[in-house]
Amino acid sequence: MANKYKEILLKPIIAENPITLQILGICSALAVTSNLTVTLIMCVALTSVVSLSNLFISIIRNHIPSSVRIIVQMTIIASLVIVVDELLKAYDYETSKKLSVFVGLIITNCIVMGRAEAFAMKEKPFPSFIDGLGNGLGYSFILIVVAVIRELFGAGTLMGVEIFPLVSNGGWYPANNLLLLPPSSFIIIGLLIWVIRVFNKEQVEEKDFNLSKHDVAPNYEKREINV
Amino acid sequence: MNDSIIKTLSVAFAVCLVCSLFVSFAAVSLRDTQNLNKINDQRVKVLQAAGIYNKANTNIEEQFSVLEAMFIDFSNNQVVSAIDGLDLDSYDPVEYSRKDGFFTAIPNDEDIAIVKNKENYGKIFILRDENNSINKVVLPIRGYGLWGTLFGYISLAADLNTVEGLEFYSHKETPGLGGEVDNPRWKKIWIGKKVYNNNKNVSLEVIKGSVNPQDQYIDYKVDGLSGATLTSRGVTNMLAYWFGESGYKQVLENLKNG
Amino acid sequence: MFEHYLNIFLTTVFIENIALSVFLGMCTFIAISKKIDAAFGLGIAVIVVCLITVPLNNFIYNNVLREGALAWAGLPEANLQFVGLISYIGVIAAAVQILEMFLDKFVPALYNALGVFLPLITVNCAILGASLFMVEKDLKFGESVVYGLGAGVGWAMAIVILAGIREKLKYADIPEGLQGLGITFIIVGLMSFGFMSFGGISL
Repeated sequence: MANKYKEILLKPIIAENPITLQILGICSALAVTSNLTVTLIMCVALTSVVSLSNLFISIIRNHIPSSVRIIVQMTIIASLVIVVDELLKAYDYETSKKLSVFVGLIITNCIVMGRAEAFAMKEKPFPSFIDGLGNGLGYSFILIVVAVIRELFGAGTLMGVEIFPLVSNGGWYPANNLLLLPPSSFIIIGLLIWVIRVFNKEQVEEKDFNLSKHDVAPNYEKREINV
Repeated sequence: MNDSIIKTLSVAFAVCLVCSLFVSFAAVSLRDTQNLNKINDQRVKVLQAAGIYNKANTNIEEQFSVLEAMFIDFSNNQVVSAIDGLDLDSYDPVEYSRKDGFFTAIPNDEDIAIVKNKENYGKIFILRDENNSINKVVLPIRGYGLWGTLFGYISLAADLNTVEGLEFYSHKETPGLGGEVDNPRWKKIWIGKKVYNNNKNVSLEVIKGSVNPQDQYIDYKVDGLSGATLTSRGVTNMLAYWFGESGYKQVLENLKNG
Repeated sequence: MFEHYLNIFLTTVFIENIALSVFLGMCTFIAISKKIDAAFGLGIAVIVVCLITVPLNNFIYNNVLREGALAWAGLPEANLQFVGLISYIGVIAAAVQILEMFLDKFVPALYNALGVFLPLITVNCAILGASLFMVEKDLKFGESVVYGLGAGVGWAMAIVILAGIREKLKYADIPEGLQGLGITFIIVGLMSFGFMSFGGISL
């Protein structure tokens, strides 16, 4: 039994990562990763929303009429997100200002809806909770890696603490400002996917077309030239 | 069974009821803390601009109490302590610059900083010394940079001309380039610079490149942000607008003459 | 006045492009951009839904939710901003549903073209994001119509461009692990750097 839970928890972290394999919940992954502190808060917010929404939806799963299924899920998720948003505004105002609309956008984060629909509607409450936790952690894992790369090499700091002294402050590290720009996170995630797929061959996608080899060009000899 | 109308309605109703109770409870019980946060956040920025913020002291209200907030009535450029119908503590000039009846549209040819609407009532923070004469003032400024509007506070010394500090609390400039308006080293350059020249014209500007230490006008020039010409120009325009005729110039004159 | 609206429109389409500058609606942006036809259909659907829901949410925000908005109902103290999120998503879900039924009944041709994309749109963060940014920017009703249109057009344009690039990319020899998703991310990154060059333009 314990092994089953462990699998539910660990699988989404690398093998079935919601961001790099399932392409879910990318929006916030890009916009909030220029600073590790902000990223961590976002990860905690998303993980708690996805695991709690999975838990609650699973508890009432046998009573949800299929005609209003989506809207019931949406209501539960939206309520949780509002509470998280209100808590942030009350206890960490600085970060909540930086996250601005992205906390609200957890509602439409496909990870939350996706897990509710795919897992919580079928399974018992406890495994659903674990599944939510696992997916939240999978999301957090990618976000934290991206944030560490961006903040460390882009600004020479981690969580605002100086690691590499910058040239502009009299140190030796010339900051790579490019990394602080939001588009760079796309490129980092693209490269991360590459790294993950080098180790997980089964995730590699099929090519649409293959280049033919020069030495086996078909019927080369027989081709006629019409002038 | 689950799809009967009664069941559907009752489930929908129950979910809504539980969720709304849950959400309202959270919202109502946290509202006071949130409002306090919002006010304190602004207060910290004002204190930072004035250069008197003490990070170790978490009681913002106590730190802020040394500053006296006042309204600026732009219709006659006087500093007044009360305006009918407005609450001084929570009054936010930026918010009111969009509220019907509380702002005036700036004519295009005057609007060098792309502020668009100017509030009819401004806000000023005054720090007084023991003799009750002005020691420092903090004024809100804003203007367009590269990506959007920069919002900040600037503080002036007792002569109402020497800059004591500059702090932007909200901007969207490119990190590492225009975003360097937040760099403490750059902000430090501003201290001691003069806004008005001897002819009472706004002369303070952010130049391109570094200031030559031999320059006779060194007091009126600030090093440009490298790679951020438009942001630097935005800051210059902002100063020109807010310290010019349509901004605080007359207000500061009136304040100086008592 | 016209200039003001044009400025909002151009800013939303180019400078603050909802896909390439604020990165909203990325899941569908990447998933449905393999073919230009599909991307175009989805783009049109997003424009239509944005154009309807942003002004609708603006109306609700200004007349019901914002502080002091309920004065007409005798409740000047009420501030319902905390239920904003749930109202906006409700409005969006309802509007999409009604639009779907309306098209099915009266414009079947358009329904056949857009039909499959409409349900996808409820959970597209570009739509909710546009409404949330509308609130943050504190737009007036007229401005919100232009903003909604601009947000939709910007997103649609971005996804059509991406689909065009991906169609060409089918014939490229890409390293194994980077195939598909990986290279798409990198392209979107480069496109988004390209869009940054619109920064600083204002009318």
